[in-house]
Amino acid sequence: MVDVHLRGIVKKFGHTIALRGIDLDVEDGEFVVLLGPSGCGKTTTLRIIAGLEKPTKGKVIFGNRDVTYLPPRERNISMVFQSYAVWPHMKVYDNIAFPLKIKKVPKEEIDRKVKWAAELLQISDLLDRYPHQLSGGQRQRVAVARAIVVEPQVLLMDEPLSNLDALLRVKMRSELKKLQRRIKVTTIYVTHDQVEAMTMGDRIAVMKDGKIMQIGTPTEIYHKPANMFVAGFIGSPQMNFIDVTVSEEADGLSLVSEDFKIKLPPDIAELVKQYTGKTLVMGIRPEHIYPEGFAPSNVKRTVKISGVVDFVEALGSDTIIHLNTGSRIIVVKASGTYHTNIGEKLNVELGLDKIHIFRKDTEEAIL
Amino acid sequence: MTRKSGESIPLSIKISNYVPYLLLLPTLAYMLFFIGYPLVEGVALAFFDEQGHFTWANVNYLLYDPGSLFWDALKYTILLAAVIIPIQVSVAFGLALLFNAKFPGKNLALYTVILPLTISDVAAGLIWYVMLGQYGFFNKLLMDLGVISHPIIFFGIKNMEFLAIVMTEVWRATAIVFVIIFAGLQMISHEYYEAAEVFGATTWQRFRYIIFPLLLPSLQAALIIRTLFAFQIFGVVWTLAGRDIPVLAGEAYYAQTTLLRPGVAALYALIIAALSVSVGAIYIKFFKAKYLEAGM
Amino acid sequence: MSNEKILTSRGDIIRYYTYRIILAGLVIIAVVWIALPFIMTILYALADPAQYYDPHVIIPTSYTLKHVNQLLILGAYQATINSVIVALITIGFSFLIGLPAGYAFARYRFRGKDSLKLFIVALRMFPMMVIAVPLLVLYFKLGLADTLVGIGLAHTSMALPFVILITSSIIAGVRVDYEEAAMVFGLSRIGAFFRVTLPLALPGLTAAAIFTFIMSWNEVFIAAVLSFQNRTLPAFILNLIAGSTDFIKFAGAFIMVIPALIFVFIAGKYLVRMWGITLK
Repeated sequence: MVDVHLRGIVKKFGHTIALRGIDLDVEDGEFVVLLGPSGCGKTTTLRIIAGLEKPTKGKVIFGNRDVTYLPPRERNISMVFQSYAVWPHMKVYDNIAFPLKIKKVPKEEIDRKVKWAAELLQISDLLDRYPHQLSGGQRQRVAVARAIVVEPQVLLMDEPLSNLDALLRVKMRSELKKLQRRIKVTTIYVTHDQVEAMTMGDRIAVMKDGKIMQIGTPTEIYHKPANMFVAGFIGSPQMNFIDVTVSEEADGLSLVSEDFKIKLPPDIAELVKQYTGKTLVMGIRPEHIYPEGFAPSNVKRTVKISGVVDFVEALGSDTIIHLNTGSRIIVVKASGTYHTNIGEKLNVELGLDKIHIFRKDTEEAIL
Repeated sequence: MTRKSGESIPLSIKISNYVPYLLLLPTLAYMLFFIGYPLVEGVALAFFDEQGHFTWANVNYLLYDPGSLFWDALKYTILLAAVIIPIQVSVAFGLALLFNAKFPGKNLALYTVILPLTISDVAAGLIWYVMLGQYGFFNKLLMDLGVISHPIIFFGIKNMEFLAIVMTEVWRATAIVFVIIFAGLQMISHEYYEAAEVFGATTWQRFRYIIFPLLLPSLQAALIIRTLFAFQIFGVVWTLAGRDIPVLAGEAYYAQTTLLRPGVAALYALIIAALSVSVGAIYIKFFKAKYLEAGM
Repeated sequence: MSNEKILTSRGDIIRYYTYRIILAGLVIIAVVWIALPFIMTILYALADPAQYYDPHVIIPTSYTLKHVNQLLILGAYQATINSVIVALITIGFSFLIGLPAGYAFARYRFRGKDSLKLFIVALRMFPMMVIAVPLLVLYFKLGLADTLVGIGLAHTSMALPFVILITSSIIAGVRVDYEEAAMVFGLSRIGAFFRVTLPLALPGLTAAAIFTFIMSWNEVFIAAVLSFQNRTLPAFILNLIAGSTDFIKFAGAFIMVIPALIFVFIAGKYLVRMWGITLK
């Protein structure tokens, strides 16, 4: 196994710049997810790690070996493609055995390893079939079996679950994660699905426009987003963003908007002091806003806002309330048992320990 | 922060940027040698004598020699195209619409219709020579049915030979036009007609406002290809009428093989090329907007 | 759709069947129009002359291979072999040269790609007969005049644009992922092409080869100009018919038509698609 380092990777396709300087360190045996909307450069990054593309600038380093310009076959990697790329003219067995045959592994060992991988992915009874006789989920397992059979130093996965139906996707999510823990292979996984990223990744690199916006554990990404993009991209429904002005009053600093005034405790006040008189953006997730009286007992500091219910989405487990405060819509995620009707007046409480504060110009997080 | 990256890129990677050009190189070299060079050599043959001096001899032969059938050849080549192409395009269009319907035995019928595409024009000429001869199937059938009392003589009479050539060419090359239009028709999603049907369009309206506009690029492509090929008409004419109906390619062949005047043959060939290129250019200019929008 | 429509009124039923009958009638007319000349050519080429000259025998009952044999002995046999050799040479050269170009168009993005492709597309419509006469001058210098290789090389320049466009379309039809997966799992790009892309493209490439064969097999002008003794079948027949009897002409048609029937029989479906690709 090996650690992977990207140093200042830039990639241009003609005049379009796909990657604008990617730095990434993946530790040995770590599962890192590249997450971002389509066109953010995550797949290009993966293809550069694979050697399927060459960077315009920058270095790819495996361990202490510079592999930037090595062809894929000399990198000791494996890849699961979005389309699976299970070769249609070979049986399942031959698909899985192919990488080993290329490496001239003895026949008995090939057989043993193919059976081991098939066992692991529960496709032992499919080995004799052709890919067109398989379902999408089965083909996906073949692609994974083929990828792990060579015992690669680095396993790359490009949206491997995106072509599966929702139920199977949830199942494969945990299976892939367990598999990775078991064989302890350094894994880089590309997805646009934040739930996949949060549940599978040891760390997540959130990308946008060819740049990494933040790298961190799922908890860090969720609780301490580095900027408004990450804060908005992670979490569902999306975080509420509210423009606030920092105002200085006799008893200290406050954040003021049309709907509320939040008196800041000294620790936070210290952070925003330099922005006094300026506009900042306050962010709060819908799950940290509670209908009045429903705040959990450990939430001590709250501020109250009132409004009229504009729209309700009853999802069963949760009830999503769109609250019209008169100047904006605030989205609230309440428990599924909570019931309200459109047009009703409603008071909600914002959990003050959970607010985020961003600069309006750079969108970077202050808190 | 790092060294200038240009220095550290290995040579093999720099070369790999040129791989597509290397892959195309044999093609370009071949075309230069087998098309570019002959074109230049063709001009030399037509306009220069063996000592390398410019000469009008071949042009003069073409225009003024009593043995030259140049103006007739030009006339008949264009006339044949003008008569044959409209018939081909309309028949092929009708056939394509017909084959867009579902019916049992469709594939067999389709293969039959494209059969003439696989034979040479010489063979097509001979097939219709068999059909239209004095004792050919056509005459025997009509006489047996009592439609005519004497066989219709096609060969040896100029106008009838012209007719025979038209019949043969329509039979032979309609399939090319058909295949292009049919391919275009199959690319039009059935949902388009069905959507039109849902909104209450009649069959005629569906044709007029849905199928026809979407098919226009294919029709134009077919028209260009057919026209350009029409200037090369040779085998059918040569087998059915010889030089009774002179055409440009036939005269080139005659000049080369019988007169043994390669200069004249080369001149004819250049005229065919010039005609093709200019008509092709006119078509493309004329159709350009829609042709390009269709991404073809 | 109309098959499944529930027919409600008498009028609908009548209209539906009228439509089906007209459709069937038109299809039959089209098929007969195309097929009948083929059938009659085969029958008349093999007919006993006495029956042919009898105005009342439309469909002969007595057949002979005499004329076909006569034509074969006159040189059609050798010419057929020549045609096959020329066609195989054409396939060999045009694929050797055209396949890499087709691959480049299918798999790479590079500067000038669009114009180069447009050039190939335009070239496909260029009247290749133009090159025949000057080429003969060159062939005399190179010792290629009246050789099958010479004709094959000329046919290659005619077939090349088609081969490039067809192979590029066929290779583009094989997902690039298959090739990239092979590269990830241990092959070079060339290795991946031969081990993965080529096997997957093989049915299409075979059809393309048949297509090329037909092009060369049917070409007459270039072949007739470039050869004097070693003629291909169409050139041989073109040269022969001027002074021969009707039966020799019929036999000529017969010999040339038979391969066409075989080709359509084995590759009809692919051929329709090929023509669709190359002529568009």
